[in-house]
Amino acid sequence: MKTANISKSLKKYGIYLVLVVLIIAFSIATPQFLTVSNILNVARQAAMLGVASVGMIFVIIIGGIDLSVGSMVTFVNIFVAYLMVNAGVSPIVAALTGILVTTLIGLFNGWVVANIKIPALIATLATQIIFEGAAYIIAGGMPIFGFPKSFSVLGQSYIGFIPLLVIVMIICLIIGSFILNKTFFGRHFYAVGSNAEAAELSGIQVKRVNYLAYSLCGFFAGLSGVMLLSRTSSGQVTAGKGFEFDVISALVLGGVSVTGGSGNISCAVAGILIMQVLSNGFVLCGISTYWQMAIKGVILLAAVGFDMMQKQRQHVVKK
Amino acid sequence: MSEAILELKNITKRFPGVVALNEVSLDVRAGEIHALCGENGAGKSTLIKTCTGAVIPDMGEIVVEGRSYTSMTPQLADKCGIAVIYQELNSVGDLCAAENVFLGNEIRKGIVVDKKVMAEKAAKVFESLNIKIDPYEMVKDLTVGYRQMIEIAKAMVHNAKILIMDEPSAPLTNNETETLFTLVEDLRKKGVGIVYISHRMPEIFRLSDRITVMRDGQKIQTMDAGNTNNDELIKLMVGRELTSTFPERKNMIEDNILLDVQNITGNGVKDISFQLKKGEILGLAGLVGAGRTELAELIFGVKKAESGKIIWKGQEVHFNCPKQAIRAGIILCPEDRKQQGVCLPLSIWDNAIMASLEGISKGPVVNHKKAEEICQHYKEKLQIKTPSLDQAVKNLSGGNQQKVVLAKGLATSPELVIFDEPTRGIDVGAKYEIYKLLNALIEEGKTIIMISSEMEELMGMADRIIVLAEGEHQGELNREEFSQEQIMQYASGPN
Repeated sequence: MKTANISKSLKKYGIYLVLVVLIIAFSIATPQFLTVSNILNVARQAAMLGVASVGMIFVIIIGGIDLSVGSMVTFVNIFVAYLMVNAGVSPIVAALTGILVTTLIGLFNGWVVANIKIPALIATLATQIIFEGAAYIIAGGMPIFGFPKSFSVLGQSYIGFIPLLVIVMIICLIIGSFILNKTFFGRHFYAVGSNAEAAELSGIQVKRVNYLAYSLCGFFAGLSGVMLLSRTSSGQVTAGKGFEFDVISALVLGGVSVTGGSGNISCAVAGILIMQVLSNGFVLCGISTYWQMAIKGVILLAAVGFDMMQKQRQHVVKK
Repeated sequence: MSEAILELKNITKRFPGVVALNEVSLDVRAGEIHALCGENGAGKSTLIKTCTGAVIPDMGEIVVEGRSYTSMTPQLADKCGIAVIYQELNSVGDLCAAENVFLGNEIRKGIVVDKKVMAEKAAKVFESLNIKIDPYEMVKDLTVGYRQMIEIAKAMVHNAKILIMDEPSAPLTNNETETLFTLVEDLRKKGVGIVYISHRMPEIFRLSDRITVMRDGQKIQTMDAGNTNNDELIKLMVGRELTSTFPERKNMIEDNILLDVQNITGNGVKDISFQLKKGEILGLAGLVGAGRTELAELIFGVKKAESGKIIWKGQEVHFNCPKQAIRAGIILCPEDRKQQGVCLPLSIWDNAIMASLEGISKGPVVNHKKAEEICQHYKEKLQIKTPSLDQAVKNLSGGNQQKVVLAKGLATSPELVIFDEPTRGIDVGAKYEIYKLLNALIEEGKTIIMISSEMEELMGMADRIIVLAEGEHQGELNREEFSQEQIMQYASGPN
């Protein structure tokens, strides 16, 4: 019994071992890696990924996927920048409006998936292109900058020595964990993801669960976009390009099953850190972005493959 | 009398825990229609599957035209001239009739399919069978009856000498059924040996030359159709006496009517009315597909009725979703436990509390202490055998999974519990426990609708039984009138 428990927790938290191994490997490979400034840098970069992952985890747990996260980040970047610079809206109102809009985009995604029954992969692929296009239309393809100074507080200030961005991420992770474990709708996410029909027959309104999960995803993607904009001080039409890939990879690495119904924040954090450590380590080691892309693709494939193989093995054992 | 072209000798097949076929022998002669009948679960389908290679028998032999085989494969069955028309048709909607007839057997020029030659040949086959189908017609535009004919034509192209048909008339309209009969009779004249599975007495007597009755995985008897009659056949099909005992319960039936269903139609159910008294166990009997589950879905708000009324506790209700039914005090424990009942990867805790989670939350936050109490309470009450509530449901036995479904339902404090096949796939000991639980629910003042394909179980547990067939109310029996023969008679549909 005891060894079974140990092997179980090893399986659950084994991903942290991978993280530690990676950190050791990069520390040996380059002396710049394990310095205070670099670690803070990694943490700051991880903040956006972490916040967006909190939103995405709900969607993946209910058995869906949201490919529009990256383009929502881009859209918020341009939209909020436009509001501040071209329309003279105050930073806080602009940021909140941006987040509201992405939340509504999320709600739309959820509605399309649950009501018109378009597979999430296709539905959110469409919204991805729509809002990327919208960002280009608003910006005319050009970067937008020259924000009020107060807007940079979120992305560039510190509390003690810890970047404010990191604190926001930690708060979001805690909120995500709270929703998943302590609220009834959080538990409903797992029920819908593991067996939607049983959930519906248990009185759970599966459609509403979809609306909520996708809306939350939009909300956190929007927040992530605002954080990025505040950090870079420039609205870019390529801001969120390929970001959904990093988010999905981070979650899958962190043991969130792409078939739905399982996953938790405590393991997802490891996946988020691994993705960020990899990006950072590759840069420090001088590996080209082209190689980085290829390697990240291989990692996603391996992580999903591992998840599926585990599932098949369980299946065989059951038979 | 002609020779047997297909002979099954002492076929035995065991599945874990059950003997599905116990030394069953059957022979089919060229040019005869051999009806195979029996209750749900008698072993008819398994027997057929041994002829097509879908099931490998543990013992026995399959003799086709004098050649003996220990088991079949789909390819071998095809070579031997055995073809099966299943209830779910395997035609491809986006191909035309001719292409379907030659599916997997296409006439080609090099790698290009020669549609014209196929259409000509298909037209000839259709003509020889007296089927009026345009070979170029898309199959998705055809009715079920025509699709079935295409399957039969396909079997003929494969030179089938033995044609096995699994309830072919079930999805058909009256006119289509008539055409099917003519076609089957034609095939008999052509010397094809036909195994015809059906529950419908009139058509069995109309078509068949010989009849074999199966029950509980055994062959009971083969007889000439002329030497038997309706009543004898039904007696042979149900046969067994009530053997198992059922736990006693107090009579709790009150006079007030809890549920009043009036002329409800929709979801495959036609014009059904019944009343349910508080404290009653109402059994719904019928064959698979008779509309029992569909009726339950209408009452529980899974599907919407086209017409008719549901009056719950004196008020007319329209449930749009199960949530509303649950709020009103109705719960359904569904038929397919794994598909509809439980979330297999989640814990017992998660499953048991699933339906009542929102109710025990303060705002959005779950009251964990209360949830824990409820789960613990039902774990003890229903005696769910598990080391911990964190155990994933997939690791539990069938009986314990069923108890988890029940716990989930009871945690919503229902007044009416609808059980759809509550004891399917669970072992005898666990069944008895479930029966005791049902009685306990009644004694607590709840009311039950019980759907079951096991007649014994219904007769042992119910106060009253309504028999459905083809979505319609066929008859109703009070406890003192219960008889297997009568139920079977009603269940085989209007004569």
